[in-house]
Order: sequence, then structure tokens, then C-alpha cells
Amino acid sequence: MNRTGLQTKESNARLNLIKAGLKKRYFKERVFRFFGMVAILTALAMLAILFVSITGKGYTAFEQTFVRLDITFDTEMIDPENTGAKDVHSKGDYGGIVKKSLRQMFPDVKDRRQKRDLYSLASSGAAFQLRKMVLSDPSIIGTTQTIWVPTDDDVDMLMKGHIKVESGVSGRIKPYKLEWIHSLKDRGALEKRFNRALFTSGDSREPELAGIWGAVVGSLYTMMVTLLLSFPLGVATAVYLEEFAPQNMWTDIIEVNINNLAAVPSIVFGLLGLAVFLNFFGLPRSAPMVGGLVLSLMTLPTIIIASRASLKSVPPSIREGALGVGASKMQAVTHHVLPLAMPGMLTGTIIGMARALGETAPLLMIGMVAFIVDIPTGIFDIATVLPVQIYLWADSPERAFVERTSAAIIMLLAFLLLMNAAAVVLRNKFEKRW
Amino acid sequence: MNHMAVFIAVIGLSAFGFYIGRSRSIKTVDGEIRKLNSMPGYYGMFVALWCGLPALAIFSLWMVFESSVIMSLVASGLPPDIQSLPKEQLSLIMNDIRNIADGIAVSEKRDIYLLSAAEHVNRLKFTGVLALGVLVVSVCTTCLSLSMKHIKPNMRARVNVEKTIQALMILCSTIAIFTTIGIVLSVLFEAIRFFQQVAFTDFIFGLHWSPQMAIRADQVGAAGSFGMIPLLTGTLMISAIAMLVAVPVGLMSAIYMSEYAADKVRTVVKPVLEILAGIPTVVYGFFAALTVAPFIKDLGGNVGLDISSESALAAGMVMGIMIIPFVSSLSDDVINAVPQSLRDASLGVGATQSETIIRVVLPAALPGIVGSILLGVSRAVGETMIVVMAAGLTANLTANPLQAVTTFTVQIVTLLIGDQEFDSPKTLAAFALGLVLFVMTLILNIVALYVVRKYREQYE
Repeated sequence: MNRTGLQTKESNARLNLIKAGLKKRYFKERVFRFFGMVAILTALAMLAILFVSITGKGYTAFEQTFVRLDITFDTEMIDPENTGAKDVHSKGDYGGIVKKSLRQMFPDVKDRRQKRDLYSLASSGAAFQLRKMVLSDPSIIGTTQTIWVPTDDDVDMLMKGHIKVESGVSGRIKPYKLEWIHSLKDRGALEKRFNRALFTSGDSREPELAGIWGAVVGSLYTMMVTLLLSFPLGVATAVYLEEFAPQNMWTDIIEVNINNLAAVPSIVFGLLGLAVFLNFFGLPRSAPMVGGLVLSLMTLPTIIIASRASLKSVPPSIREGALGVGASKMQAVTHHVLPLAMPGMLTGTIIGMARALGETAPLLMIGMVAFIVDIPTGIFDIATVLPVQIYLWADSPERAFVERTSAAIIMLLAFLLLMNAAAVVLRNKFEKRW
Repeated sequence: MNHMAVFIAVIGLSAFGFYIGRSRSIKTVDGEIRKLNSMPGYYGMFVALWCGLPALAIFSLWMVFESSVIMSLVASGLPPDIQSLPKEQLSLIMNDIRNIADGIAVSEKRDIYLLSAAEHVNRLKFTGVLALGVLVVSVCTTCLSLSMKHIKPNMRARVNVEKTIQALMILCSTIAIFTTIGIVLSVLFEAIRFFQQVAFTDFIFGLHWSPQMAIRADQVGAAGSFGMIPLLTGTLMISAIAMLVAVPVGLMSAIYMSEYAADKVRTVVKPVLEILAGIPTVVYGFFAALTVAPFIKDLGGNVGLDISSESALAAGMVMGIMIIPFVSSLSDDVINAVPQSLRDASLGVGATQSETIIRVVLPAALPGIVGSILLGVSRAVGETMIVVMAAGLTANLTANPLQAVTTFTVQIVTLLIGDQEFDSPKTLAAFALGLVLFVMTLILNIVALYVVRKYREQYE
């Protein structure tokens, strides 16, 4: 009796001790949980900040300020001898025509320096635009037309509010230039329009003329080479290792190799490309061919690993069934296992390609950083790719390139999102759970 | 583009081979297919493979060696006074010739010998393509007719085809090994050439990095120094900052996801977090250079700190954001692999959930977590674009994260962008740095993979 009393007393004391600690422990529990939540929210917030800051910087690049000019296609300046020949037309003084039209809009400008500032209102691309018009339709020579041409990037930035007026006055835009801009605006001769150049032209030193199309085409060629090389090679390797290879040292070496290659920094692949493909084999610099070669070596491990996982998930009963009715091993694999594993392999390939599409560093090594105006027409042409274009633009000092860089990033992310969405759809639609 | 035509011709001929092989096999047994050893398609495949493979092998070998052969032919055809020029100048001239031949006008001065050499290049290219076409097509047709002779009803076409395909697959699987060998050799070879000019110990232990070399031999005081210690400290500092961001956030979110979060939250948040891993690094670089770095600089300015606009802090933080999903998804996997029974036992004796996690789950998952962190470090060390865009270019031996530091990868990129001379230590130094980088990441990866594998075996 006494003893049990003592015991209850003791256990009561222990219980009290536990109860006294409970509050603290529950508090700790809540703190721990809170930290977990904070961690996730931090990560999500970072993602949100990234997206918001880039779209916030970039959305204005989809518009470009245009100025309305009354252009007189003066026969004197284009084709003084009235030959009507194309090569004479293409050599006409279109810059002079633009300047003349600007002078007509602001007839009081007399000072030479002020005149130069006046000419800089319109983009230097305006002359090319006029030449193109004349070349496509020579009958406009001698007539006067109202044409919208892109403004210089300074004016564009001012209109978009990226250059503050106060700092603009002291900096690149002088007060009288500001007055002209206001007067143009009052006359309705300044307008923001959709920036077609951004999507249709190649790189340029002038922000208002620069576009991503050259880089997009370069990326497409590079990705084509990468896909054509890495998909068959990756699938063949995965099938061999998973279905045919005997378990021995040789296959172990291959496996370890693949796993290690998957974690080698991408820039090292660039060094490989530079030393082997360019210097040893003498392949052309800056070509999508070489870029594709390097990127396919880089994406191979990703594709192999995904394909093997996909092959592994096909149940053995499928193989056994095929073998049981007399198929050879190769037939069992090609007729039965491969079709079932294909969605998983394609998913892995798309993810690998998405990574390759965003890859920059190895391509810097093989010279795909050149300033390239022309749109590439083949896999041996010099070209650049979208991420490298982003890198190049991000390095440019002009304020207008910041928004264009952001716009290029938005496009790149859109491509990647599309690819990843395709991978997800493919996985959900075709992947079987056994 | 003409190479493309040759390639298409090969493919077309193989397809033709498949068709006639197939019909020939049916003809040999007068349409009674059951008398054939294999299905007719296998005879077609047999012919197609024999027709296509040798030609494709020749084609790829040709493609690999074409330009170097042409350039050496052109070089030997240059005037003797130019051939006797030093190697670097000669390679510049060869570059000019190549560019002129490609129709890219780079230099204004176009000497007559350059133009004639460029013409020579184009002529050789033209004859090359012609010769390739003739060679490949003749090989194709010869092999085609030879293999057609082999088609007999009792020929084991299927076994033959399957063996060939398997051999091809083995060939494919060795590419991984060749890639590794290629990486090691290319980096090692150039690095050894570098160490012939700069002492190995100077490189490993040197405290000063300024790879400017004298442009002219008579220039004074421009010997360049190649000590990698400042780069190493810079790399380690930026990686450490990155891990300081990535490990707590990544690990805690992995714990929350696997232990607390409801299924609905998990299915939404996990893929969203993985978006972070899919964003190209050049985008992070832009973000770091144009958003984070100015922000940190202003923040420092407000409290009276002088923060460099290329501070290690900005680059490291953004790199940390990039690494969060690596740490979190790998840790998530290993935490999920901890057997439920361990948790149940702990909860059963009255531990709260957080106590269970801290005292039971995490210790059990520790090796895997360490492995995932090591993989994250290896990513951070090898990451290029973020640091190229947001970190500094000059090597500072400093422990202050508010100053600009530089890393291995930044130096590799800056040394190798632009025109290179492959004899100057400046260019070769990049390969030596690449070697160090490769070895560092390789060790980290091997250790990490070993730790993770060991850990997995424990619970399987």
C-alpha cells in the first residue's frame, strides 16, 4: 500500500515534469514547423521576385517608339540620272533623305551641333527602311510619303520613362532635344508601336534595330544537331546497358562514367569542344554543328539515365511473354519493351534538351559569342544562340539593351516552359504505372 | 550544304537497299515466305545496313578531317616567305584565309596571296565534296551489290542484323568513356604544356593572379603571374555563401515537404520549386548583376558599408537560390527513404514530430543529406554564368564577402573568349584551371555518389 503510494507519487511527479516541459516542446514544434514554412516561402518568393523583376524590366521591350516623318523620295538623292537601275537605287543617299525630312520638321535648327542632335532623333535604321521600300517599289521615287520609322534608343527610353528627365537633361538628352521630343509628341508624331524588329531581325549595335531572330534560328540549328546526335546515341546506350550488357567490370566502368559525366561542370565540356573539335579536328568556330556536338555530349548522360529508368520500369513479364512465344531478345526489346518505355525516354530527352537550350558556358568556349548580324542558314554558318545573345546584350552599356535582354529572357523562359509542359503532358498521358 | 546532299544520298541508297533486299529475298523463294530463314524485312535490313554503314563511316571520317587537310594543303601552297613566318602569325593568316573563303569580310587589307589562297580553299572544298560524293556513292553501290549476292533462303539474316545492331549499341555505349577520356586528355595535354612554361608549384601555391603577358618581347614588367590561390579562395567563398543560402532553405523545405505538408500542397509546390532548377544560369546571372547586386550595394550604402557592385555576396546569394532545388529534391528523396517504422517508434514513445525529425529521421538520413550537399557544392564550384556576369574579374585575396572576387570559371571564360594564341601561357592557363576544376568536382561527385549509394544500401 505504502509502496504503491510512493510509486504513484513518483509517477505523478514524473508526469508533472513531463507536463511542465510539454509547453516548451510544443512551442519548439511550432517553431520548427514555422521555419519549414518560411524556407518554402523564401524559395517561392525568390522565384516570384525573379519573374517579377524580369518581366517588369522586359515587357516594355515589346513596344518601340516610332516617329512619323514626311519623307520626300527625292529623285536627286536616289537616282539623279534617272537610270531606274536597282544597284543605283540601292546606293541612294537615304540617310540624307531622312535628315532632310527632320530638318523640314524643325526648320529653326541652324547650329551644326544641334543639327546633329536633331538627326539622332530617328534611328539609323530608318535609312535602310527607306531603301527597302524603294527597292521593292521604285515607283515611289519622286513622291512624298508619310512613314513611321523607329526612333533612336535614347528617345525610346525617354518615352518609356526609363531615363528620368532630370538626369536626361544633364546626360544624353539635352534640353532642346527634350523640347523637340515634346513638340513631336504634341503633334502626334511620336507613337509606341509593336516592336517587330525584336522578333524578326538579327543582332545589331543599335538597340532599336536589334532582334533575337538570328539567335533563335541559331538555337534551333544547334538543338537540331543536339537532338539528332544525343537521342539515338542515348537510347542505344540505355538499351544496351539495361537489356543486353553482361554484368562485368566493363559495364561498371561505363556506368560510373555516365554518372560522373552528368555532374561535370558544363564549362569543362566547352574546354573539350575547344581542344578536340576546334583545335584537333579543325571544325569551324562559332558553328551550330560544333555547339550541337558539345551540347549532345553534355545531354547524353541525362538522356541515358532517364531512358534506363524508363526501361527499368517496364515489367519483366513483358519480356518474358515475348520470349515465351519465340521472339528473339532483340525482337522482344524492339517490338515490346521499347514502345512501352518510349514516353519515359522522350520525357527525359525533352528535359535534357531544355537544359541544353539554356546552356551558355560551353558555347562561349567554342566561339559562339561573336557579334553576328546575319541570320544563319545552316549548321556550318557562324551563329549564336539565345542564351548567349542574352549574355551579350546584358553586357552592353546601352540602357535600352536592358529591356531587350529581359525580353529575350522572357522568350527563352517561354520556350523552356513549353518544353517542360510538353514533358509533363507526355508523362501524364502515356506513362503507364505497372 | 553539299555534304547534306551526299548524306541524303547515302540514306536514300540504304532505303533503296532495304526495298530491293526485301523483294529479292521473296523472289528467291517464289513468294513462299515460310521457306526463308528470316522474315523478308530482315533481308532488307541486312542489305540496308551493309549499304549504309561503311558509307556513313567514310562520310563521318571525311567530315572530321576535311577542313584540317584542306588547310594544310593551302598552307603548303602559300608563298615561301609567308610560310617561313612564325607560327602565331601564320595561324592568324590562315584564319583570314578561312574567313575570306567563307565570305566573311574581316580585314580590309586583302593581299593578293590571301585572295588566291581563299580561292584555293574554295576550289579544294568543291573538289572535296565532289570526290566525297563519288567515293561514298561507289562504296554504297559496291556494298549493295555484294550484299545482294548473299541473299539466299537459308541465310540467317535476322541473326546477322541483330548482331550488327548489338555491335552498334556497344559502340554507342562507349561514347561516355570516350567523352571522359577526351575531357581528361584535352585538359591534361594543354595543362602540361602550361606547366612547361610556368612552374607547377608557382601555379598551385602562388598568391598572385594576373595573367597579362607581354605583347612584345621587349616590354618590361609584364611577365604575368599565375598563382591560383586567390581564385581558389574566391571560388570557395562564393560557393560557401551559396551553400549558406541553399542548405538551410533547401533542407528545411525538404523536411517540411516530406514530413508536414499535405499532399495537395506537395503536388503543387514541388514542381514549382523545381522550376528554379530549370531556369538557365544566364538568367540568374542577369538577375544577380542587374537586380540583386545594385540592391545589396544600395542596402550597404544606407548602413554606411562600402559594397562593391560585383560583390561575392550578390553572386553567392543568387547561386544559392539556384542550388536550392538540388539540395531540396535530393534531401527529399533520402528523407522519404527513411523507413516509416523509425518514425512510428519515435512518435510512439511520445516524441513530438519535430523531435522525431531532429533526433531520428535526420540522423538516419544524414549520409544522404551530406551527399546532396556535396553535389550542391560541386554545382556551385563549376557554375559559370552567374559568376561571369555578377562576380569580379580581378583576383583579390580577401575574406571579405563585400568585395569583388573572381573564380576559376570566370577566369577560364575571360582567358578563352576572343582571339587565342595556343602557345601563350595565358590561353593554356585556362586549361590548367579547367583541370583543377575538373579534379575538384570529380572528387566531390565521387565522394557524394559513394556516400549516397552506401546510404541507400543501408535501408534496402
